[in-house]
Amino acid sequence: MTDLMAQPAKKAPMNAGPVRNEPRARFGDLLAAEWHKLWTLRSTAWAIIGGAVLIPLMSVLAAVTDYVNFPEYPDGIKENFFPSWSSNDAFSDGSAWVMLLLLGSIGAVIVAGEYSSGMIRANYAAVPRRRQLMAAKLTVVTALFTVWGAVVAVVAFFSSQAILDGRGVGIDIDYPGALRLVLGSAMLAPVSVIAGMAIAAILRGLAASIVTTIGVTLLAPVLMNSQRDWVIRVQNLFPISAWRRLSNIDPDGSSWFRPAELTVGGAWMVYAVWVVAAIVVGVLVVRRDP
Amino acid sequence: MIELTNLTKAYGGKLAVDDLSVTVRPGRVTGFLGPNGAGKSTTLRMILGLNAPSAGTVTVDGVPFATHPRGLRHAGALLDAGDVQGGRTARGHLRVLAASNRIPRDRVEEVLDLAGIGAAAGRRISGFSLGMRQRLGIAAALLGDPPVLLFDEPFNGLDPEGVLWVRELFKSLAAEGRTVFVSSHLMSEMENTAEHLVVIGRGRLIADESLAAFAGRGDGGHVRVRTPEAERLATLLTGAGGGVEAAGETLTVTGLSGDRVGELAFEHRVLLRELSTHKASLEAAFMELTADSVEYKAGAKR
Repeated sequence: MTDLMAQPAKKAPMNAGPVRNEPRARFGDLLAAEWHKLWTLRSTAWAIIGGAVLIPLMSVLAAVTDYVNFPEYPDGIKENFFPSWSSNDAFSDGSAWVMLLLLGSIGAVIVAGEYSSGMIRANYAAVPRRRQLMAAKLTVVTALFTVWGAVVAVVAFFSSQAILDGRGVGIDIDYPGALRLVLGSAMLAPVSVIAGMAIAAILRGLAASIVTTIGVTLLAPVLMNSQRDWVIRVQNLFPISAWRRLSNIDPDGSSWFRPAELTVGGAWMVYAVWVVAAIVVGVLVVRRDP
Repeated sequence: MIELTNLTKAYGGKLAVDDLSVTVRPGRVTGFLGPNGAGKSTTLRMILGLNAPSAGTVTVDGVPFATHPRGLRHAGALLDAGDVQGGRTARGHLRVLAASNRIPRDRVEEVLDLAGIGAAAGRRISGFSLGMRQRLGIAAALLGDPPVLLFDEPFNGLDPEGVLWVRELFKSLAAEGRTVFVSSHLMSEMENTAEHLVVIGRGRLIADESLAAFAGRGDGGHVRVRTPEAERLATLLTGAGGGVEAAGETLTVTGLSGDRVGELAFEHRVLLRELSTHKASLEAAFMELTADSVEYKAGAKR
């Protein structure tokens, strides 16, 4: 590609109207265009905002419920409430599922929506460098949802724990593993969205992309309910398993979360592998005719 | 200038475009005609590098289009008015495209007004009629003020005023020295728009010539004349070098103008009951030419 750029373009005949004042192509322009794309589609914009409200709200409601019901809990629960129940209020399995479901779908829609509508052709005609275009899209969307995930996780954590503080069972951010819970939950957002984008880049159809994304990221690991070693090892490769390990801050492992064989490092690695695989797939499959 | 050299595209074992070699020159509107499924859209997509040719090459102003990092300033295209995301507004759609090529926002407003959809710029495209989408597509093609413009079936869904506007726009773009390549499956749309025609059928080149030359391909026009003295007039006309086909009182004359037929009849005191001239129909020429290569022929008459 670079040798073609270095080569001066053949002179166009005079009457063809020479291309004047063409600014140098900048990756930044593509980032700006992709950013604009996200916010000019109302459905995407609302999903982004709606999800940002919904997930912290789930945490607040869980914390409020526990706060209200706390006096009636049996002593056994009261004693063990901190930290595993408290952390579950901060970011529950349900919150992780909503995140995977919502962001996986948003990622799939962002990419498949362009293929199924035909917008992708107008796009490639405007930007023949398909890989740059896809790279810009992945960059903008992943960056946005990294920030989005961080905001959602931080708000969910601090608001729920502040409520639980009223019963003396709120987790402090300094508590061992608390920061990991917040980070692990935050990073689930970009991992989910990029997985959806990569799957849609392969399949291109809107419905197929959404269903497959949900099937692969949500249903597959949930359906693996065998306790056999190899099944658990396969299950560990999914983002939801990584999130469970990262968010499990109970030091003696007595939480009701499925005991995971993943190490904390291994869990971060699972996130990283999904992101890298999604980028590679997303950038490679653009060769096919749209 | 667009140069297609032995351009071929196969889908499975089927050739959508078959060894097409054509040069589309600047400064005039070139019509790209063919029946449904002739390979027009596939050809246009290959010109823009969207679909890779199975064989052959295609260049836009001397280079393959895909070598440009950004395309809008080199070629503008309306491939399909439906190639938009309905959730965006017309303005939003154009701003996205403009941003990727660093085209200023003023230009977006300019082309919106130029295309006559300035008033609808803030509305979502999903509510647009086909005609308005065509206008939006044309606006998008003009964003980069490019020397090469491609339009695939731009007349579909346009109202008469819109058709007129598009024709004048294409002509003025060509007059500015641009290459304007417009596809259609209807000859009647091209008749008043294109100066030059490229006709394909089943992916193969059938004709690449001026509109005038193309018109000459048909029956070349004829004169119809009705007279009670058909036999006598027929002899006179044949003597004057015309071709005559007789059917009762009616003669169909080729090779002579209506004026000449009238003069001959007058000179020889032949009573005429009807004299009419019939110009060559481009539509007929087109139908005749592509009859053998229609991909999707309609079923038998009911």
